[in-house]
Amino acid sequence: MIYAIASGKGGTGKTTVASSLVSLWDGPVTAVDLDVEEPNLHLFLKPEIHRTDPAYIEIPEADESKCTLCRACSTLCQFKAITVMGQTLLIFPEMCHGCGGCLTVCPEGALTPGRRQLGEICHGRAGNVRFIMGRLRVGEAMSPPLMRQVKALFADMVAEDDKADIIVDAPPGVSCPAVSAVIDADCVVLVTEPTPFGLHDFKLAWEAFSPFGIPMGAVINRAGIGDDSVQRFCADKGIPIWAEIPFDRAVAEAYSRGEVVARAVAPLRGTFRQLRRNMREAAMAREAACAR
Amino acid sequence: MREIVVISGKGGAGKTSIAGAFAHLAEDAIFCDLDVDAPDLHLLLTPRHLAEHQFMSGHEAVINPEACTGCGQCAELCRFHAITGPENETDTAYRVLPFRCEGCKVCVELCPAQAIAFPERHCGEWYVSDTRFGTMVHAQLFPGEENSGRLVTLLKRQARAIAEERGLELVLSDGAPGIGCPVISSLAGTNLAVLVTEPTPSGIHDLMRVAELCDGFKVKVGVIINKWDINPEQTNAIESYSTGKGYTVISRIPHDRAVTDAMVNRQVVTEYEHGDLSATLKAAWTDTLALLDADKAT
Repeated sequence: MIYAIASGKGGTGKTTVASSLVSLWDGPVTAVDLDVEEPNLHLFLKPEIHRTDPAYIEIPEADESKCTLCRACSTLCQFKAITVMGQTLLIFPEMCHGCGGCLTVCPEGALTPGRRQLGEICHGRAGNVRFIMGRLRVGEAMSPPLMRQVKALFADMVAEDDKADIIVDAPPGVSCPAVSAVIDADCVVLVTEPTPFGLHDFKLAWEAFSPFGIPMGAVINRAGIGDDSVQRFCADKGIPIWAEIPFDRAVAEAYSRGEVVARAVAPLRGTFRQLRRNMREAAMAREAACAR
Repeated sequence: MREIVVISGKGGAGKTSIAGAFAHLAEDAIFCDLDVDAPDLHLLLTPRHLAEHQFMSGHEAVINPEACTGCGQCAELCRFHAITGPENETDTAYRVLPFRCEGCKVCVELCPAQAIAFPERHCGEWYVSDTRFGTMVHAQLFPGEENSGRLVTLLKRQARAIAEERGLELVLSDGAPGIGCPVISSLAGTNLAVLVTEPTPSGIHDLMRVAELCDGFKVKVGVIINKWDINPEQTNAIESYSTGKGYTVISRIPHDRAVTDAMVNRQVVTEYEHGDLSATLKAAWTDTLALLDADKAT
């Protein structure tokens, strides 16, 4: 099963929840950091990284002696990544989405596959937990292609062993990177906080992810601050609240020391176990429904 | 005209609360919410829309099921796994999954039956609004959309044009979390990036990455350490890192529930609280302006 820990608003506690769940998981589990722009899960799980692979996207490289400046490539390219200026073919690698279109349409065979580094993928282990992290190169604008490569890795793991559980720490927001992180999950946990910002971005996330038909539940972090508008919104829309983590300076301080909150703050262990049960039940219910 | 962008790498560090207070304190400024994905500044500034515009950007592939012969070439060519095959035996047509389509036009161009249309994509809305502190330019990207970088660039261009027209001196923007596409777009042509961080391992880690990005684009950096008293040791570590890199530490702001209480009241902190916290934010704004002006001399 793939469990995605997501949120509209950043900083609501995705990594706190993901790291705590991983530490209390009652079976083999792989922790995946898909927040490739700012991955943080490793700061808490402190895995031993035993392999780091560079990740690339395919971009065109030109053989100018073969190019006839016919502009088939530049006419097709929707991303202004390849163009003809005067008597020169220009390629802008940073703009390229890697669709491969220019290579396919070039009638002269003047374009060959090259590559641009997107970032890297780290593999490691924290105790019994397998760990995978995508990390975008600073200056690289496109996170979705790197995310796709990380996702392909754990999709293979699930295909090989249907008992494998994957916990994904997703990027914030509701645009293409966030959607890419949740779209193939079996269950989505939306972490929010009971404030106007938290509610607003929670609504956006709920509206964005609902059409996928994946079971979703809310975790209200820092409960007790702000107001009760998130709870009321959940009641109104029938969104289950799977856990509430009360605001407690001890939690904030444990996090600031890089500790896994469920380990550092004993009373929260029960809360996270209950969350785990709720996630499992939701994912299994969906599986059963799909099987019928 | 000058531009300040408040960003943070890590979400939830306090960008919008600080940007909101700065909007209250700024004179002759126009405000911009460049977090077009999950914008929040409007919740504090309660804008009244003066103009609403559609944001059209890029295109998407749409297969006409009548014309599709089911050859499957589009699905084979698509690098984004955005095309799925027939769902059942009576169905022969392929379908595009809009959330995965990047609008590259490869399938459109190469479909032997010419069965794929390529309409423009309506990705969101953008607004010019009036607020109690001045004019604001902001947007809402539709869920799952791309092109956030293009929308950020559009908002910045609009804000600059309006500022020029009205003789305003400053564009003050609230940015997006992360270091990707929208953040890179928000840094273009900016005079100062105010990086808001918090004294946690994530806060420091994300600060370093976003600061490296600013260095790469040669944008001057100032650092604000929010909720500094949650971990004074980590705060010191951030300060020595910043000093070592030549970044000015503009301010340390304590953790204070007044920030959330102000938000619940739809006010910025400096309107809601009249004690030490607001005094700290006012000093931070003065120092931000001083840092912005510092490069006039150089």
